[in-house]
Amino acid sequence: MRVEVPDWQGAVRAAGDLLVEAGLCEPRYVEAMIRAVEQMGPYMVLAPGIALAHARPEDGVLKIGMSIVTLATPVNFGSEANDPVQLVIAFGGVDKTTHIGMLQDLAKFLVVEGNQVLLKTASDAKHVLAAIRAAQEVQ
Amino acid sequence: MRKLRIMVVCGFGLGSSMVLKLTLDGVLKEAGLAAETFCGDEATSRGEKCDAILTSGPLAHLFQNGSQPVIVIDNFLSKDEVRQKALEPLQRLASE
Repeated sequence: MRVEVPDWQGAVRAAGDLLVEAGLCEPRYVEAMIRAVEQMGPYMVLAPGIALAHARPEDGVLKIGMSIVTLATPVNFGSEANDPVQLVIAFGGVDKTTHIGMLQDLAKFLVVEGNQVLLKTASDAKHVLAAIRAAQEVQ
Repeated sequence: MRKLRIMVVCGFGLGSSMVLKLTLDGVLKEAGLAAETFCGDEATSRGEKCDAILTSGPLAHLFQNGSQPVIVIDNFLSKDEVRQKALEPLQRLASE
């Protein structure tokens, strides 16, 4: 929560390193996520202030997983429509389909405007986890 | 009304495009418009047969020379934006 990073690469790395620490992907996956933005542009900034960073399963995913990082100071990804980014979500899927449910849950959570505000302003991961759990129970 | 084939495109065809596909599916369902929606990636999407393409601004240039309409969506989580930009053209295509 409220991580300080110098640029968008640092933001992706912060979210990716959480996946590495949790044993969900290899370090090379983090670099693959950064390369993806460099090569294809900032399309991963999929809504105002929100980037969904990921690469391919074969780029070093060990287990399906997701991490969320909020930034103390928002950074620009070069997205005309959706910069600056304050919320970076990194995920790794093991194939083309098993993560769909996870993204579905994420999308359902994020379309609730209050949840976006909560994520962007939260100072404690506990509050975020509680909100995510509460949302799951409602479903 | 014919059933449309709509491709949603992002870099790998599994993350951002999946989120947009879910938003689009919701809009289509509410509008009662039957369509097959699927994700495509940067490499494989060109040449894929479909009636319309939804993608983000940074990737729209890929389809400049294509014959299908390309609809650019800025906020992949916004049903409102998808409804405003895509629903009317898609309804028109479906009734052709």
